[in-house]
Amino acid sequence: MDLGELAACMGSLPCVITQVSAGLTIGLLLFLVASGLTLIFGVLGLVNFAHGTLYMLGAYFALSAYELTESFLVATLAGTLGVAVFGLLMERTLFRRIYGADVLMQLLVCYAVILIMDDVVKIVWGGDFLKMDMPETFRRPPLLIGGGIVPLFYLVLFGITLAVALLLALGMSRTRFGRTVRAAAVNPAMVASLGVNTSFVFAAVFAVGSGLAGLAGALSAPIRSVVPGAGVSILIESFIVTVIGGMGSIGGALAAALLIGLTRSFGSIGFPLFTEGLMFLMMAAILLVKPSGLAGKHLA
Amino acid sequence: MSKTDPGGASRRGLLAASAGMGAAAITGFPMVARSQGRRPIRIGMPTILSGRVAQLGISSRDAVLMEVEKFNAEGGLDGRPIEVIVRDSRGVPAEAARLAREMISDGVDILFDGEPSSGGFAVHEVVRETGTLTLHINTETSAMSADPKQRFWNAFRIARQGIHDSIAGGVYAAEIVKAKNLRRWMTVSPDYAYGRDTTAEFIEYLKYFTPDVQVVGETWPKLFQPDYTENVTRLAQGRPQAVYSCLWAGDLVAFVEQAALYGLFSQSQYFAVNMADYTTLKQIKQLPRGVHSGNRYLSSYPAQPTNAAFGRDYQRRYNNYPTNWAWQAATAVHLTTAALKKVGSTDPRQLASALRGLTIDSPFGADGKVTMRAEDQTLVGYAIGWGTTIPAEPYVEGIKTADWNQITQLEQEWKKGKGWA
Repeated sequence: MDLGELAACMGSLPCVITQVSAGLTIGLLLFLVASGLTLIFGVLGLVNFAHGTLYMLGAYFALSAYELTESFLVATLAGTLGVAVFGLLMERTLFRRIYGADVLMQLLVCYAVILIMDDVVKIVWGGDFLKMDMPETFRRPPLLIGGGIVPLFYLVLFGITLAVALLLALGMSRTRFGRTVRAAAVNPAMVASLGVNTSFVFAAVFAVGSGLAGLAGALSAPIRSVVPGAGVSILIESFIVTVIGGMGSIGGALAAALLIGLTRSFGSIGFPLFTEGLMFLMMAAILLVKPSGLAGKHLA
Repeated sequence: MSKTDPGGASRRGLLAASAGMGAAAITGFPMVARSQGRRPIRIGMPTILSGRVAQLGISSRDAVLMEVEKFNAEGGLDGRPIEVIVRDSRGVPAEAARLAREMISDGVDILFDGEPSSGGFAVHEVVRETGTLTLHINTETSAMSADPKQRFWNAFRIARQGIHDSIAGGVYAAEIVKAKNLRRWMTVSPDYAYGRDTTAEFIEYLKYFTPDVQVVGETWPKLFQPDYTENVTRLAQGRPQAVYSCLWAGDLVAFVEQAALYGLFSQSQYFAVNMADYTTLKQIKQLPRGVHSGNRYLSSYPAQPTNAAFGRDYQRRYNNYPTNWAWQAATAVHLTTAALKKVGSTDPRQLASALRGLTIDSPFGADGKVTMRAEDQTLVGYAIGWGTTIPAEPYVEGIKTADWNQITQLEQEWKKGKGWA
């Protein structure tokens, strides 16, 4: 524990800017994965334990697209849309059969998907870790903002993820489709009786959730190792975010992801040996005070 | 001669044979080997063949297969070839221990434990019970052989060791500290036995030679952590003059890429003991110039024709570069086959006895030889050097060779300090 160091950092604008920008970047990337997870749970009632696999596939799709085109934009789109299409296919062929099923059945099916896709990835891309090149545009010295250090690439990540978060929030609250999705989440039978094709709505939600995970994988490919099984660690953190935020709440997921990001960022200064523990401690504290999570509905 | 129904018998026979072959294909059970008159010498090898450090495990396996093939081509042990059975632990210690038990119950003669320290200690506990002759070929945590409680007759370490690298690194770093006046240090190392021990040992010897050095901060990412931003910003905030790290393989690559975004390599001197390995050097797209590193595996160091030949042969055969785990694996085969020839059988007690104190010619030796030190059953005499990175072949320049007399003397004092000698 180094509280003196933490206090010194909190009293220094450059340090606060560096740590806040890093925390927000970590948090927003996490939000992309967790928002898909919570969206799918909120609307479809499916605890998608295979969601990390979609993140991993996004990174691999982006890597291959970047190797072919050397375009970061194409790589990001390939990761997002490729995984959205993959998610759609999985939903149509597999996951729609387990909506409303026992959580153990859902766990079993998802675990099978994780194992199969990890092996498919090994066959297609090999078992070794791979690395996507950092695009030349972003290979430049970090920016100094108010004395704080902010890498250009992180600013781009920040911009993209923030834009996606806003689009998602607006899409869910202001569009007809968003309202239909929210209605279908509460009472799918009633929505279907009004002539809405709920099966289509569910498939679209699954594709959007998958695409968000794919986008997170694609955006993180230039700075993280691309490796089979990469989805597992991100899945654990995403579940923490989902639980803290409240299962099914996108706003809650955003708040929780940013909280986790900032906790990690400042925790690494004040509690360098306990950063991981801080995350779980925070989860325990929030659940003690509000068992349904920050924005979750009250449990019966 | 008995008469049988040709139609029914052949169908059943065909089905039985197909089922047998299918089972053999699924389980990998070496049926052919069992049916031979001269039973092969069977070596089981759990290692990491998938995931973030797969390249190391694969190189370890490939080096073993390459050297075993040479031994077999020369006639093996009086006509008995070596058969190697390799399985993927995925880097999960429990899985490595399970595989080791499975291989032992399948009757392997020798175990090559191809796990890093995280899984190596799990396998160590398995073979402590079973008494299987075991060569740990990738476990670098010093305690495995230095701590008498961890030592038993059938376990040997054929890998570099944290304390050796730390003493050599401490000596090298102290020279740089004096020349460049680097007093403020920070560390970033993986949060498990190897990372903790090796970092503590390096700092101990850095301070031994330059007592006025201060460690002003430390950060401990998890093993195989996907994101290092928090660790990188911690280093950026600490503004150290020098940073020590024993991150390795994919973890080190991800860290370097993220640290480069923050411009850390232009702020501080970096001492990354595990940088100079092809698995890392080849993956980092823009290798920073001037990072201080110990040699992991370089075909140019030690500058011996046999080492260059090993690197060339490996590259020709696998279209890839050897790694630190590759030279260690090759050395395991060299020592094992030397012991087998000396003993003439696979009796584990006799082989263990032959291995203790065994010195062989080696492409990787500081003076062309390596020794399995008898007192703690660990490898000594391998080449250790530190130099600085450059972005192209041979990737490291100005390598200064460590003095094994100094390493041995300080290692002995370190053991005494721990109550281990």
